[in-house]
Amino acid sequence: MNARGLLLASLILEVSTARAQNLHFPQTIIAGSPFSVSTGGSGSALLYIVGPAQVLRRDVTLGEPISFAAGDLYRAGHYLAVVVQGSSTETDELDVQPAHEAESLGFLAKPSRLPVNVHNGISGAVYVFDRYHNLILSPMPVTLELASTSSPTLTKTVTTQNGLGWATLDSAAKEGAARFTARAGGVSSTRIVNQVPGEPCSISIAAKPVGGRLEVQTAPVHDCSGNPIPDGTVVTFTESAGISQSTVDVPVKQGIASVAMPAIRGAKISAASGVVAGNEIRWDGAR
Amino acid sequence: MIKRMLVVGGALLMPASGLAGEPSIRVEPPKLQGSRPLEKQTEDSVIQNYLESWTTMQRALDQNRASQLDPDFTGAARDQLAATVTAQRLAGIHTVYQDRSHDLQIVFYSPEGLSIQMTDDVEYEQRVLKNDTVLAAKVIHQRYLIVLTPSEVRWQVRIFQAIPG
Repeated sequence: MNARGLLLASLILEVSTARAQNLHFPQTIIAGSPFSVSTGGSGSALLYIVGPAQVLRRDVTLGEPISFAAGDLYRAGHYLAVVVQGSSTETDELDVQPAHEAESLGFLAKPSRLPVNVHNGISGAVYVFDRYHNLILSPMPVTLELASTSSPTLTKTVTTQNGLGWATLDSAAKEGAARFTARAGGVSSTRIVNQVPGEPCSISIAAKPVGGRLEVQTAPVHDCSGNPIPDGTVVTFTESAGISQSTVDVPVKQGIASVAMPAIRGAKISAASGVVAGNEIRWDGAR
Repeated sequence: MIKRMLVVGGALLMPASGLAGEPSIRVEPPKLQGSRPLEKQTEDSVIQNYLESWTTMQRALDQNRASQLDPDFTGAARDQLAATVTAQRLAGIHTVYQDRSHDLQIVFYSPEGLSIQMTDDVEYEQRVLKNDTVLAAKVIHQRYLIVLTPSEVRWQVRIFQAIPG
């Protein structure tokens, strides 16, 4: 192909309705793979490969193959290839597909902290990328694993769709940090999920006189899985005597909440935390 | 203010009078593989923000100004487009991407609400220019996969990738 053989720039639209005759790009390449393009004609020219994802510019000699080394064109997408020689141009098109091998994962794991025993409480969304950070669109298995020292390991395997695999998992029955790991194609990514005790399962209180007051104390407070609830959880003590009522909020310390209240004969004392109410004590002056 | 008009539920929009040059937009009903329900308000925001990102991208790649990308793109998508802007500038070219139509569908809303994935069968005209000379022009039909994540005030495009046919 010589310069005269090239169509005028003003006719580019017409040229582009058909594949170029003297510029022979492969229709598809794999991201980052080496490839070669044959050209016709003679003389030096400029080659542009243009897409939203990447742009390349090359000085080329028409009539000679144009070689692209590994890693030259690496962004997945659709490209226009344009050869410019003087006022003449010729175009072709090509697609760049993501590579098939996973190189990194985008792992969105939530939450980082949650109560124990929450059904489907932990979610993981995994995006699988090739070495050039193209989303790998061909389906591939992704394994999500929740492992901790105190509970059996939970595992789910899903197949990616549009580059994404996702799953939800239950939090464990026992409190503690868990490793939430996503694996795909030999690549893994881990997040730490802190599983904390849930709400108190029940509250039991007892009272004894100390001086002129009553010392009211809970039994050790646990969630429904037997985990001691964390210090700082508030227990509300209420004492009712006739028309008077007094309320005290007390944080749990080392699993127990205690408070000193007026010793009023006939008073009713109860405790609650969140939606859980404990037993009620009626103080008759003896015990 | 977005001037583009949306049609939800599959009805095709023809550009209205006075909106010549605006793309026609079709929104398919969501086909969610996630477990989180998608509120209509969220869907509308995502689509509007995504369509605005096309305007942003057009401006950035036409003017070779990566800073134009900041409101609408983040993460890998922003980095990639900014690199394209730089490469265009070094190559002495700029590109006009004029979208003509979008056919949109949301396909995933993550359970924790931190990402939305959608597809866009888009038709656009790509014009490669050196100074004011058109080097090439082509109308392209392309399917795109988009991942958006929420920022403080809007959904931003985090992954913007063509799906080769």
